[in-house]
Amino acid sequence: MTVFVPPPDLQDRRTWMGLLARARPERLAELVPDEPDSGPVILRQPEIGTVMVQGRIGAAGSPFNLGEMTVTRCSLRLESGAVGHAHVQGRSKDHARRAALVDALMQTGRAAQLRRDVLEPLLRDEADRRRARAEKAAATKVEFFTLVRGEDR
Amino acid sequence: MYVAVKGGERAIENAHALLAEDRRGDTGVAELSVAQIREQLRLAVNRVMAEGSLFDPDLAALAIKQARGDLIEAVFLIRAYRTTLPRFGSSRPVDTGTMACSRRISATFKDAPGGQVLGPTFDYTHRLLDFRLAAEGQALPRPATADPVAGPVPHITSFLNREGLIETDRPGDDLPPDLTREPMELPAPRALRLQAITRGDEGFILSLAYSTQRGYGRTHAFVGELRIGTVAVEMDIPELGFAVEIGEVELTECETVNQFTGSKTEPPQFTRGYGLVFGQTERKAIAMSLVDRALRWKELGEDNTGAPAQDEEFVLMHADNVQATGFLEHIKLPHYVDFQAETELVRKLRAEGAARCQEAAE
Repeated sequence: MTVFVPPPDLQDRRTWMGLLARARPERLAELVPDEPDSGPVILRQPEIGTVMVQGRIGAAGSPFNLGEMTVTRCSLRLESGAVGHAHVQGRSKDHARRAALVDALMQTGRAAQLRRDVLEPLLRDEADRRRARAEKAAATKVEFFTLVRGEDR
Repeated sequence: MYVAVKGGERAIENAHALLAEDRRGDTGVAELSVAQIREQLRLAVNRVMAEGSLFDPDLAALAIKQARGDLIEAVFLIRAYRTTLPRFGSSRPVDTGTMACSRRISATFKDAPGGQVLGPTFDYTHRLLDFRLAAEGQALPRPATADPVAGPVPHITSFLNREGLIETDRPGDDLPPDLTREPMELPAPRALRLQAITRGDEGFILSLAYSTQRGYGRTHAFVGELRIGTVAVEMDIPELGFAVEIGEVELTECETVNQFTGSKTEPPQFTRGYGLVFGQTERKAIAMSLVDRALRWKELGEDNTGAPAQDEEFVLMHADNVQATGFLEHIKLPHYVDFQAETELVRKLRAEGAARCQEAAE
C-alpha cells in the first residue's frame, strides 16, 4: 500500500534541516539510534570539507570573505525513493549521515513520529541552551550614568 | 637561498621523539585533553580559529596541544590542514543584526536601545592574580540571570544613520575577492583588505591600530558598538535549490565611528571602520576596525601622511603570521652553499684590499 505523502513545505524543510545541522552530534545519536534493517542507499558518502563564511562590510555593505568553517555533507535515498541531504557544521560523518536520514524520513509517513521524537527534543534543547545564555548575559546589563563635572556647576 | 640537504634522518627522528616527550612534560602531571583546551583556553582557541581562518574549535584545540601552546605554530597547523579539504562553496553573508549577543557595548551611546550588556569580560576586573584558581576543585560562582530582551538588538550606529550623520555602506552582492584562491593584487578593494586583516596576526594589527591612535595616520576612533555572539550560517545548496542553515559561528564585531571633516564631494559626517573576527576576539576586532579605517584615506580624500597604517602594501603584505614565520624562520635552515659563496667573496675582497694596501705602502 502506498501512502500519499504531500511534498514537504519548503520552509518547514529548511527549518528542520537547520535544526539538524545545529544539533550536537551526540544528542542526535541518542535520538536517532542506528537501525539494523535495510539501510538507505548512500548517494554521497559523508564527506568533510569547508564552506567560506562571508560577512558584510560595515554589517550592511558588500560581502567579504571572513574565513572558512568545517562542514560535513551527505546524501542518501530511502527505499521509498525519498532523498535526504545534509550539510552540517563540523567533522562528524555520523552527524551528517543521521541528519540526511532524518531529512529523508521527514518526507515519508514517519514524519509525525520523527517530529515528536527527534525534532521537538532538539528544538527544546536549543531553546533551553539559548535562553540560559541570554539570561546570564541579560544579568550583566548596565546603566551608565554621566556624572556632573566640577566645571559644569 | 635554501638548498636541499641530505642526511640527518636519525637525528631528525630523535628530535621529534624528544619534542613529543617535552610536549607531554612531567608525566606525574595529568595530561591535558583537547576538550579541556577547547573549554578552558577558549580565547586561545578563538585566536587560532581567527588567524588560521577556519572555524572549528576542536581542531584549533588540537593544534594548540600539538604546538605546545605556540599559537602561531597552531595557526600554521590549521592552515596546512585546511588546504587538504575540498571547499563546498560559500555561505550567504552572515547577518550580524540578528546576532544572539552575549556582549554588546557602546562607547558613544550611553542609552543604547537594547541596553549595554557586559557579558563575560575582563573589563573592570582588577588584574590581580587570583590564587584561588591555583587551587583545584573549588566551587564556581553561579552567574545571575535576568529576563533577556526579546528579539534581535539593532546596530547602534543605525541611530546615527537616521540623522544622516554617518556614512552608509552601499549594500551589494558582488562575489568578494578571495586571497586564499588568487594571489593578492594591490591596490586591494576593501573586501580583500578586510579578509587579510581578519586573518592577520593579532599583535601586528594591534600595533598598527595603536600607532594610528598615537598619531601615525590618526582617525579619532570611538567604539560605536562592539558585539559578541553567535550568528547562523546559511548556504545555498545546489541540489535543493534553496538555502539552509548549516550551523552557527561565534563572532566579534566592532564598528568604529570616526571624525571626518568632509571633502570636495562629501559633507562633514562620521565615517566608519569595521572589524569582524571569528570567536570572542575583542582586541583584534577593535584593532581591525581602526586599521580598516586608516586604510580608507584615499577613498575618503584624506591626506596620506606616510603613516605605516595608511600604507596598504605595508599592512597587507606583512599581516600574515604564517607567511612571516615561514620566511623569517627559514633562515635557520641549512644555507651552507649560500654561505660558502659569501665566505669566498669576503675572503676575495679582503685579499684585494690587502694587496691594495701593500701597493700603496710600496
